[in-house]
Amino acid sequence: MDHRGRYDRVDDMGIRSHMAFDERRYVVEIPHSMKYQMGSCGIAGAINVNGEKIPGSMIETMITTMAERENGLGAGFVCYGLFPDHTDEYCLQFLFDDDDARREVEEFMKDWVEVEWDEKVYTSTNFIRIAPPFPLVRRYFALPKRKSVQFWMQGLDDDDYIVRMVMLINAKIKGAFCVSSGKNMAVFKGSGYARDIAKFYDIFRYSGEMWLSHSRFPTNSPGWWAGAHPISILDWSVCHNGEITSYGVNKKYVEMFGYNCALLTDSETITYLWDLLVRRHGLPVEAAAFSMAPQYYSEIERMGSQERELATRLRMTYKEAFLNGPFSILVGRGDPITMIALADRKKLRPMVVGRADDDSEFYVASEECAIKAVNKDTSTWTPKAGNPVVIKAGEGLVRTGLEPPFQGVV
Amino acid sequence: MDVNLPEKYRPIIDAERCIKCRKCIRECSFGALRFEDDRVKYNGGCVSCLRCVTICPTQAIAVREVDPQFTPHPVFDEKVRRSIIAQANSGGVLLTSCGTDKEYMDIFSHLLLDAAQVTNPSIDPLREPVETRTYLGRRTGRLPMRDGKIDIEADMPPIISMDMPLMIGHISLGSVSYNTQKALFSAAKDLNIIAGSGEGGLHKDFYGFSDWVCSEVASGRFGVTADYLKRVSSVEIKIGQGAKPGHGGHLPGEKVSELISEARMIPKGTDALSPYPHHDIYSIEDLQQLISVLKESTEYKVPVGVKIAAVHNVGAIASGVVRAGADFITVDGLRGGTGSAPRIIRDHAGMPIEIAIATVDQRLQEEGLRNKVTLCAGGGIRSSADMIKAIALGADVVMVYTAALVAMGCKVCQQCHQGICAWGIATQRDELTKRLDPDIATQRVTNLFRAWNEELREVIGAMGIDSVESLVGNRDRLRYIGPNHRIAEIIGVKHSGEGWG
Ligand code: SF4
Ligand code: SF4
Repeated sequence: MDHRGRYDRVDDMGIRSHMAFDERRYVVEIPHSMKYQMGSCGIAGAINVNGEKIPGSMIETMITTMAERENGLGAGFVCYGLFPDHTDEYCLQFLFDDDDARREVEEFMKDWVEVEWDEKVYTSTNFIRIAPPFPLVRRYFALPKRKSVQFWMQGLDDDDYIVRMVMLINAKIKGAFCVSSGKNMAVFKGSGYARDIAKFYDIFRYSGEMWLSHSRFPTNSPGWWAGAHPISILDWSVCHNGEITSYGVNKKYVEMFGYNCALLTDSETITYLWDLLVRRHGLPVEAAAFSMAPQYYSEIERMGSQERELATRLRMTYKEAFLNGPFSILVGRGDPITMIALADRKKLRPMVVGRADDDSEFYVASEECAIKAVNKDTSTWTPKAGNPVVIKAGEGLVRTGLEPPFQGVV
Repeated sequence: MDVNLPEKYRPIIDAERCIKCRKCIRECSFGALRFEDDRVKYNGGCVSCLRCVTICPTQAIAVREVDPQFTPHPVFDEKVRRSIIAQANSGGVLLTSCGTDKEYMDIFSHLLLDAAQVTNPSIDPLREPVETRTYLGRRTGRLPMRDGKIDIEADMPPIISMDMPLMIGHISLGSVSYNTQKALFSAAKDLNIIAGSGEGGLHKDFYGFSDWVCSEVASGRFGVTADYLKRVSSVEIKIGQGAKPGHGGHLPGEKVSELISEARMIPKGTDALSPYPHHDIYSIEDLQQLISVLKESTEYKVPVGVKIAAVHNVGAIASGVVRAGADFITVDGLRGGTGSAPRIIRDHAGMPIEIAIATVDQRLQEEGLRNKVTLCAGGGIRSSADMIKAIALGADVVMVYTAALVAMGCKVCQQCHQGICAWGIATQRDELTKRLDPDIATQRVTNLFRAWNEELREVIGAMGIDSVESLVGNRDRLRYIGPNHRIAEIIGVKHSGEGWG
């Protein structure tokens, strides 16, 4: 603390540094000067396809191995297969600035959902280099109140209903943010180095069939817990490294379908795009990935007639879903637990896939070192630009990211 | 009782250089020059079309703007007094042509483009693909599924694929010459873009271009026959035009030649005045019916669009038009061109296209319609910079007309309504129309738009965008630098200096 009672920020080397933009740190409230978040990042993910659990320590090792890809302003984890006892309920995990915000959310949710069980999420501030304030973290296992006036008025199916509620809470209730709302999964994220966020949530106590993680190197923003990755809606979660040059187009597009972009970042629109294209519009993952990272028309001309027709239709219909500019993303989805990895069509951001020699586990990371750090017995490859890698629990490697774009789809 | 107005322009002939070939005298269709006393003399009436200047083999002619002769007055400026005198002379509505020459705020010049630095790489179009393919027509918003797969055999609404996000605006045969229209159509064909037919149908010689022609159905219904409707790539109902919102087409009798009288089925030499409204469209339901009729008569094979002038309520009107079934919507702004219009309406009615694009795009998005319709916009697009900014504001396709004519030779002298264009463009007189070689004109228009498209690729590449659809409505990549930040608010563009975070 300095003489004015402010907490110092300490960088990775333990050296105190001033906060260039804003001396405050933010939990849920949006930093007042912020209009957009940008920056590059490290991403890592691991999935076990045989139904065995991966410990949190493994993902922590993966992401912290790439520590030079972060600057201490945001990191996060998401774990799938986390609540075997609560697979049917939506797990709504919240960050609160204070108890008032918590009460307000609980009051709000009364009209919308039946909370079957709620609990405080374990957090610890021991031995971490993050300055306060810290959020209150709480999770609610809930089901839509089918008989409520709200449910009847909204006239939506369960998933859309939950999306609507989460959007409303995140937009309307100050000091509260729902960071994840899927079944059998939860997001643990915040402002700090990945290893500190891991300690804060003690992710070592959790294990699940799939983990994704993210560490940020934001170029423009103060620390903001709610703004960190993974960004999640329902059982979708996205860890994103990149900067989308078409953000204005994509944001307007998802807003048209009722998504509210509260996090001021392109990564959020990507999350909503996956939900929109795959869950709501029913596109196969390959087709959705193609819409986001389409091949060039010159390549499309060379496809077989059916593929060409599909590719043209996708580009035409989903031109607003096209993510232009550099990105590599890791996308997680539950039921069945699935990991999707996708890079932009020019492959301007790194991504490596690893396969354990016994085919039980698969890894994706920005850098190969992250994979080798947790399992030396892996073969690795880099997927092609704009070509999705798909790994499904129970099925294994569905796509390597090297196939023709619509293999198995047309 | 006519009062002479002081000259505005004066050709100056350098006697030393002049070789007395008298070419200029033959070329000046405004009769401003004569040969007397062994030299070229000036009669008066020069409009500064620069025909003589361009044609003179020894470059002996220069046209000079005459210094203002009216006493300076900030309110009763020269233009005002000229109009009063001209109107007192004629007792009629003053006609003019081209886009307005009043200095309305040109918002394009107050917009700055973004470029990629560090956090995302720029893309070099010479080394990597940067795509500009653009579709015109209705989109379905989502793809129908069958047995868990995307049904690629399902019917899709007709849609046109163009090689660049640009179309040549509607210029009718009548307002311009046969050769001009031929050149515009063949340029459209070479570029694989669409050119508007303007009012009055499609001349049978041009049936070969039908795949690249968007035919206009205007209030006069000139030349609209079932046969004609089958020979076009798309149909556009013209409700209004940016240069004269609320008015119909106006073809002065001077331009109704044999050829035109045949095409429009009206007597030679009579004014062809289209009604102001379509007399079968007094409401949005009526428009809906006409759209259905046109779709029916074209057997649902071509997109049917609607063109409206940018007026104050353009957002709501556009959304109504889309709901009425339009596959594409064209918005024409205040500075749009015309072959003939009353000056009062050209100069005083409408809305700048920059604001119109942004409000229409916004409105269609709010109503969940934006991903179903193509938005074309024009009216004052002078360069690729304007085109890029118009796209970033929200237009899918940019419509250009005056620039295409300038490429052919037009000098924007604003005399098209007189029908004696010295460049053979806005005229029907045989001796003038033959001045325009359609092949050369085609080449020049093609060159111009190819260059614009190349510049578009350069600029979006610099922004880190490798396909033009990612620019459409991407207002984040624009910043405002003008004097009125309220405009920036309305068009949804941040002020320069406001970063992303
Ligand atoms: S040709 Fe044109 S510029 Fe030359 S004198 Fe005639 S009107 Fe003027
Ligand atoms: S088309 Fe001819 S008359 Fe019209 S502005 Fe151009 S040069 Fe002048």
